Amino acid sequence: MTPGTARWALPASLALLAVLALLPLAIPAFWTANILGRAIVYGIVAMSLTFLATYGGFVSLAQMMIAGTAGYAVAILVPGAVPSILGGVPYALAIPTGLLAATAMGLLVGLISVRTQGIYLLMITLSLGVGVHLFVQANIAWFNGYEGIRNVVGPEILGLPFRDTFVFYYTALATAALLYALVLYLVRTPFGLALQALRDNPRRVSALGYDAPLHRIAAFGVAGFIAGAGGILVTFYNIGISPGTIGLGATVNILVMSVIGGLGHPVGAFIGAVIFTLFDTFAADLYDRDRFNTLVGVVFLAIVLASPDGVLGMARRLRDALAPRPQGRADGIATSRAASAGPPASGNGA
Amino acid sequence: MEPRIDRRRLLLGAGAAAAATATGLAAPAIAQNAPIRIGWLATLEGPFATGGQDGFRCMQMLLEQHNNQAGGRRIEVVRESSNAQADVALARARKLIEQDNVDFILGPLSGAEGIALRDYSRTLTGKTIINGSSGASDTTLRNPSPNFFRFNTDGVQWMAGLGNYVRRTLNVQEVAIVAGDYAFPYAQVFGFSMEFCRAGGRATYLWSPLGTTDYSSIIARIPRTAGALVVIHGGTDGLAFMTQYAQAGGSLPLIGGSIMADQSMLSARGPHRRLMLGMVSGGPIADVHDDPTWNEFVERYRRRWSNEGGFRSPSIHGFNFYTAQQAALLALEQVRGDLSGNQQAFQQALVRLEFKNAMGAQVKLDHNRQAISDIFLNRIEERGGQAATVTFGRTNAVNQTLGVPEAQFLQLGAPSRDNTGCVA
Amino acid sequence: MTGSLALTVVLNGLTLAALYFLVACGFSLIFGLMRTVNMAHGSLYLIGAYVGYAVFEPLYDQDVWWAWYAGIAAGVAAAAVFGVAMQAVLLGWMQGQELRQALVTIGISIIVADQLLAVFGGTSRQFFAPDAIFGSTELPIAGRYPTFRLFQIGVAVMVGLALWLLLARTRLGLMIRAGVDDRAMLTALGVNVPLVSLAVFALGAGLAGLGGVIGATAQPVAQGVDARFLLTSLVVVIVGGMGSIPGTAIGAILVGVAEQVGQALFPTYSVILTFAIMAAVLALRPQGILGRPA
Repeated sequence: MTPGTARWALPASLALLAVLALLPLAIPAFWTANILGRAIVYGIVAMSLTFLATYGGFVSLAQMMIAGTAGYAVAILVPGAVPSILGGVPYALAIPTGLLAATAMGLLVGLISVRTQGIYLLMITLSLGVGVHLFVQANIAWFNGYEGIRNVVGPEILGLPFRDTFVFYYTALATAALLYALVLYLVRTPFGLALQALRDNPRRVSALGYDAPLHRIAAFGVAGFIAGAGGILVTFYNIGISPGTIGLGATVNILVMSVIGGLGHPVGAFIGAVIFTLFDTFAADLYDRDRFNTLVGVVFLAIVLASPDGVLGMARRLRDALAPRPQGRADGIATSRAASAGPPASGNGA
Repeated sequence: MEPRIDRRRLLLGAGAAAAATATGLAAPAIAQNAPIRIGWLATLEGPFATGGQDGFRCMQMLLEQHNNQAGGRRIEVVRESSNAQADVALARARKLIEQDNVDFILGPLSGAEGIALRDYSRTLTGKTIINGSSGASDTTLRNPSPNFFRFNTDGVQWMAGLGNYVRRTLNVQEVAIVAGDYAFPYAQVFGFSMEFCRAGGRATYLWSPLGTTDYSSIIARIPRTAGALVVIHGGTDGLAFMTQYAQAGGSLPLIGGSIMADQSMLSARGPHRRLMLGMVSGGPIADVHDDPTWNEFVERYRRRWSNEGGFRSPSIHGFNFYTAQQAALLALEQVRGDLSGNQQAFQQALVRLEFKNAMGAQVKLDHNRQAISDIFLNRIEERGGQAATVTFGRTNAVNQTLGVPEAQFLQLGAPSRDNTGCVA
Repeated sequence: MTGSLALTVVLNGLTLAALYFLVACGFSLIFGLMRTVNMAHGSLYLIGAYVGYAVFEPLYDQDVWWAWYAGIAAGVAAAAVFGVAMQAVLLGWMQGQELRQALVTIGISIIVADQLLAVFGGTSRQFFAPDAIFGSTELPIAGRYPTFRLFQIGVAVMVGLALWLLLARTRLGLMIRAGVDDRAMLTALGVNVPLVSLAVFALGAGLAGLGGVIGATAQPVAQGVDARFLLTSLVVVIVGGMGSIPGTAIGAILVGVAEQVGQALFPTYSVILTFAIMAAVLALRPQGILGRPA
C-alpha cells in the first residue's frame, strides 16, 4: 500500500460503507437481499482468497470448502435443521463452533501445503477442496450426502427472523466491514509485515530469523476464519447447505470473483462479487438461458486475457494513464508475483 | 400458433427495477386483463439437462394448445434454469418471485432443489410453488409448506405393486437389491421392500455411493440364492452397472427402479440391452400405454418436437412438468384468472382439483398437497426394432404412504440405507 | 471367497490405475516441459470421448468390426487438435505466467463443457468394446474377470513403454527432457521451443483423448466427468511428481488401488484415503515421489 493510497483508503472505505448502509432505503428489497446481500456474503469468502493472494502470494482454491466447513458445522449443530444430525445446540454456541472449525480447517490446509508454492499450491488446494466436496457428497451419516442439510434458518436478531431482508443485509454488511477492517489492521501488524516480507523475499526474511512456515500457516488460519464467517452467512442465506455449495463450480466462482475484482487489494473481492452476482442474476435476460455458462466462460476468459489483475488493475492503469506520476509501483503485483513463483519450495529453509 | 414465450425485458438498472417492484407492491391484485406471469424453473445445465429440456418442451406444448391463455387472461412465461444444486435453484426462484414478479413457479426438477424451494415457499405470502418434477418424499410428507403443491407422485409411490408382483406372481423368494446410496434410491427401495417383505420375501441390499464407476465388487457380492436382481440406479450409474453386469455374464431376471427404464437407457445401444428386454419396473408412465389420452399426447409430442430434439416418447420429467402445468391451468380456469386475495381462491382450487393426467390416470391431492394417483407396472419389450416400456398392470389411487395409515408410516422413519422398509 | 475378492479388488485398482495413468501422463508431460497447469485437461478427456463416440456410433450400428478403433483414432485426433489450438492461440504467448495460464484454461473448460452439452446433450454414453476384448477371462484365484479391463492395463503399459522410448531414444525426447531441466538453455541452443511445445501439447492432449475413449468404454461418459478426471490427474501427479512419467505411473497405482480398497472396506469414507496419501506424500516429499526438487 503506497502512502498515496493509504491516505485515501480510510475515508474512501468509510464513504463506501455509508453508501452501502443507506442504499437499501433507495432500492427494492430484491436488490438489497439478493444482489448486494448475496454479493457481500460471497465477497467475504472471496476476500479470504484475496487476503492470502495479496499479502502472502498464496492462491488458495480451498476457501469455498473452508467456508463450507463452517456452514456444515453450524448446520449439524443447530435446532430445526432437516435432517437433524446432532441438533439442539443454540446459535450462540453453534456459530463460534463453526468459526473454530473453519479456522482449524484453514490451519490444516496451510499445514498440508506448507512446503509448496505458486502453481503447486493452487493444485493442492484445489484437490483438497474438491476432495472434501466428494467426501461430503458420499457421506450420509454426518452430511446427509447429496441432499445436504436444509432449513438452517439462522438466529433471531433483536427478535426479528434472520431471513428478514434488512436483518440479513445489515448483519452481512457489518460482518464484512469488521473483517475488512481486520484485514487492513492485520497487514500493518508485525505479523502482517513479516508475511508480506516473506512473500517478497522468503530467503532473506527466513535468514533474519522469522519462522516462515509458521507465518504461512497462521495466514491460512486467519483466511480460514474469514471464509468461515462468510460460509455461515452463505448457509443462512441459502437456508441450508449441500455439497454443491462447496463443489468445483462454487470454488471456481469464488476464484472468478476474486480475479474479476483484482487480486491487488481486499476490496477487489467485493467489487468482483457484485459484478459476478449481477451477471449471474441477469445473464439469462441478456443471452440464451440454455447457454449461460458459455457466456460466463467467455467473459471470464476475456477478463483474464485483457487484464489479469481485474477491475482494480484496469482502474489503476486508467488512473496512471490520466495522471501520469513518477512513482512506480507496477500493477498486478500479487498476480504476477504469484504467477512467477516457480517450482516448489525453492529450499527456503523449510 | 407461434409460441409467445416472453423473454423478460431487459432491466437497465436499479431505477427500472425499483419502478417495476413498486408497481407490483402497490397493486398486488392487478386488473384482470393484465397477464398472468408464470416462472418455469428446470435444470438445463449439467447431467440432468435432458430432463429439464423435456419439461420445458411439454409445458410449452400445453401452453400452445391453450393459446397462452387461462381463465380469460394471457399468460407470460419467464424461464429460469438451475444446475440441480439447491443453492442455485433457490437463487433463481428468488429472482423469479422477487424480481420478475411471477405469480407462481412451476419447478424444480431434482430432490434437493425441491426441498430448498419448499422451505422458501413457506416464507412467502400470496405466491405459490407447484412442484415440477422433484420426487423426494419429505418435500411434502414431513414438515410440508402451505404454499407448495405437488401433482406428481414420489419415489416411494412409483414402486407400488412391484413388490407384490415379484413375490406373488413371479414367485421369487429372495432378491438382491443394488441401489445408489442417496435419497432417491432410498425412497424407491423403501417402496419396493415394504410390499415385498410383507409378502414374505427376503432381500440383500448392496449400496454404492453416487457416481460409483466400478461395480465389479458389488456384482461379485450378489448372492447365488437370489432369484431376481432389483436395480435402482439412474442415468450414468445405471448404464455403468448394466454394462458391467452384462460383461460379467450376469443372467438373473431384472426388476428395475423407475428411472432405470428411461429413454436414455433404452436408446443406448450395447450388450446390456439383451438383458434389459423383459425387465419389469414400476412408475407413473410408460412408452406404450393403451389409453386414448396417452396416445393422443404422445402423438402431439412427436408432431411438435420430432424435428426439434424431442425423444421418441415423452420422458418422466416432461410428463411431470406437464401434469404440474395442467393443474395450474385448470385451477386458473376455475377461479377465472383471479389471483387476488393472496391467491387464496387459486390455492383452494388447486387443493380441490381432480383431473386426468396424460396417462389417463386420475390425480388429486391429499391433505399435505401431495398427489394421489395411479401407478403402472411396465415391461420392456421390443417394439418396431426398438426397446420400449409397455404397461401391463396398474395400481389405482396410490397415496404417499402406500395405503399404510400416515401415523404408522411416519413411525417407520425416513427411508435410508438402514431403514429399508423391509418389515414383515 | 475372501481371497478371490481381495484379488479382484486389487485387480480393479490396477485397471483403474491404468486409466488414471493414461489421462494423467499427458497432464504431467505438458507441465513438465511448459510449467503449464492445464485445468482444461478434463475437457480434453471429454472431447476425446464425445468426438470418438460421434464417429463410433454410426459405424457400430452398421456392425463394422473396426468401429471402436475408428472411435479411438477420432477421439485422439480431436483432443490433440484442440490441445494444439489452445497452446497456439491462447497459452503460447503467455508462457511463464503460470497462474494466468491456469485461469485461462479454467475459462476454456467452462466453455467446452457447456458447448459439449449443447452439441451432445446430457445423456450418458458408453462405447462397447469389440467382441475380441468383451466378455470375461478365467483367471487363477480371482476367477472370471472382464477382458476389457485386462486390455486396459495392456494399453497403459504399452503407452508407458512408448513414452519411455520416445523420451529416451528420440531427438524430440531429448529436447523435451532438456526443456524440462532448463528451458532457457534449450532456447539459447537454437532449438525451436515453441514448436516443441506444440508437439508436446499435441501428445499430452492426444493421450487425454485416448484416455477418454478407453475410459468411456470402461464406464459411461457424461457431463461432470471432466472435473473428476481433472481432479484425478492433479492428485496423481502431485503424488507421483510433476513431469515424471514413472512418477505418474506410481501415483496412478497408489491412487487407483487406494480408491478401490477404500470403496471395498469403507465405502462412504474412501475419498479420505486418497487425500491422506496425498497429504502424507506432500509432508515428506513436497515435490512428489519421483519429482525433482527444483
